[in-house]
Amino acid sequence: MISDQLAEILGNKIIAYLITAAIPLFLFLVPYALYAVYAERKVSAFMQDRIGPNRVGPKGLLQTIADILKLIQKEDIIPKSADKPIFVMAPYVVFMGTFAAFAAIPFSSVFIGSNINLGVFYIMAVSSFSVIGILMAGWAGNNKYSLYGAMRSVAQIVSYEVPALLAIVSAVMVIGTLNLNEISEMQTARFWNWWIFGGPLQGIQKFLLIVPMLVAFVIFFVASLAEVNRTPFDIPEAESELVAGFHTEYTGMKFAIFFLAEYGNMFVVSAISTAIFFGGWQSPFGYLGNSFSIPLLVPIEQVFWFLFKSLSLVLVQMWLRWTLPRLRVDQLMAVCWKYLTPYAFVNLVLIGIISLI
Amino acid sequence: MKEYLKNTWLGIYTILVGMRVTLRHLFKPKVTIQYPDERLELPERARNRLYVNIDDCIGCDQCARACPVDCIEIETVKAVPGEDLGVTSNGKRKALWVTKFDIDIAKCCYCSLCVWPCPTECIWMTDVYEYSEYNRENLIYHFSNLSPEEAEQKKLNYQKFEDEKARQKAFAQQASAQQVNKESGTQN
Repeated sequence: MISDQLAEILGNKIIAYLITAAIPLFLFLVPYALYAVYAERKVSAFMQDRIGPNRVGPKGLLQTIADILKLIQKEDIIPKSADKPIFVMAPYVVFMGTFAAFAAIPFSSVFIGSNINLGVFYIMAVSSFSVIGILMAGWAGNNKYSLYGAMRSVAQIVSYEVPALLAIVSAVMVIGTLNLNEISEMQTARFWNWWIFGGPLQGIQKFLLIVPMLVAFVIFFVASLAEVNRTPFDIPEAESELVAGFHTEYTGMKFAIFFLAEYGNMFVVSAISTAIFFGGWQSPFGYLGNSFSIPLLVPIEQVFWFLFKSLSLVLVQMWLRWTLPRLRVDQLMAVCWKYLTPYAFVNLVLIGIISLI
Repeated sequence: MKEYLKNTWLGIYTILVGMRVTLRHLFKPKVTIQYPDERLELPERARNRLYVNIDDCIGCDQCARACPVDCIEIETVKAVPGEDLGVTSNGKRKALWVTKFDIDIAKCCYCSLCVWPCPTECIWMTDVYEYSEYNRENLIYHFSNLSPEEAEQKKLNYQKFEDEKARQKAFAQQASAQQVNKESGTQN
């Protein structure tokens, strides 16, 4: 693990951990969020036969940087009737939930913030922490739209955690571990060893697992869409009904942090599905570093594959966003409790039976 | 139960159909026209900013009379004998100095009614459509090619000529009156 090596070099564990914590934030999360916003705008534009941002920089590549510079300059407005401490704290709480999840995401076999045995559980637990931040933001803004958005968001996230966790539990039942690094390691060699294709199992069990695993993935993917408040489950920030939902009253940098957290969350849920279902940092077909016997190249390739897979899933999320209209509140609950949860349960039982064979 | 499974299937299937549609549009050519850089070609008879070729204008005032919103103002001064104003491009002799040819384009309703009556085809609609101004006075276009001093000069000239004519006429009248007087005097 990189943090241990750093600790050896620096001779101080705390500094080493701080550095390992800062790497994904500054090297990945911030540029990723900037360019995810850009990608989102481009994807939406292309899907609507438009061009999208193309004025700032070549092909508009500097557009989001200009936007963030503008947001930094903006006045930080705190409404008079807002609950000030909570109002100020809320965006950071939301972001903390997102960022804490990065600790257990296995970017490569040597770079994982914390190689804990409860990785999946930890991420699921900590990422639902942002619900509190969202409710804080909605409540402290003292605005009826914010509160509506926050209430909807909480109702949505709490209910969609059930199918999401059931889908993950059903997958973990066969996998046999919660450590994300070990899960990734398992799905080695070729892509047919990914858990979505039945994992590295042998014989009939593998073939029987393909369909339930696919169902588990779809359930988890849909539920995770709802958890990160993306369209078609974006009723918490439904622009046409609630102005902007829970972050209506926020301006400037605080607003930007909400955005950062949203895009970070998108990546986190994609990273979990990548690690569990799509082989994590494993390459779908061997490593160039191994075939040319350059062992140093392997971890870099692993980072590439992990980011490639996760960002592809993020792209699918964007694709869905610009395809589907927003669900009504009752439809949202119906999808969760009447469809996803029963299917997740059936899937759980099925996978349980298969894993007994 | 059957209904339930059907709903599930429909949900998944319709989402996939929708995703296929958006995916197709992802690779379609874009319809956006980057306006200031590229422009749509206007139709042949598009009506935009008015233009007057003052060299061809004979000052007949027909356009101003045709204008339903009275946005054209023309003042003319007759040329005095000896001044040659030349001919228009279609061979009409010009006999009037156009001292003022103002079009208040802010009032213009782009009906094109002023274009048709012009005998020398010197007023027409161009394809220029970007002429917004910060100041409303700038929207009054002065087409006359005479400077105010020149216009004043022409007016003065004509006035002089008129005076001269009137004087001569008066003189002639006087003379004839005297003649008559004389004749009558001799008669008496």
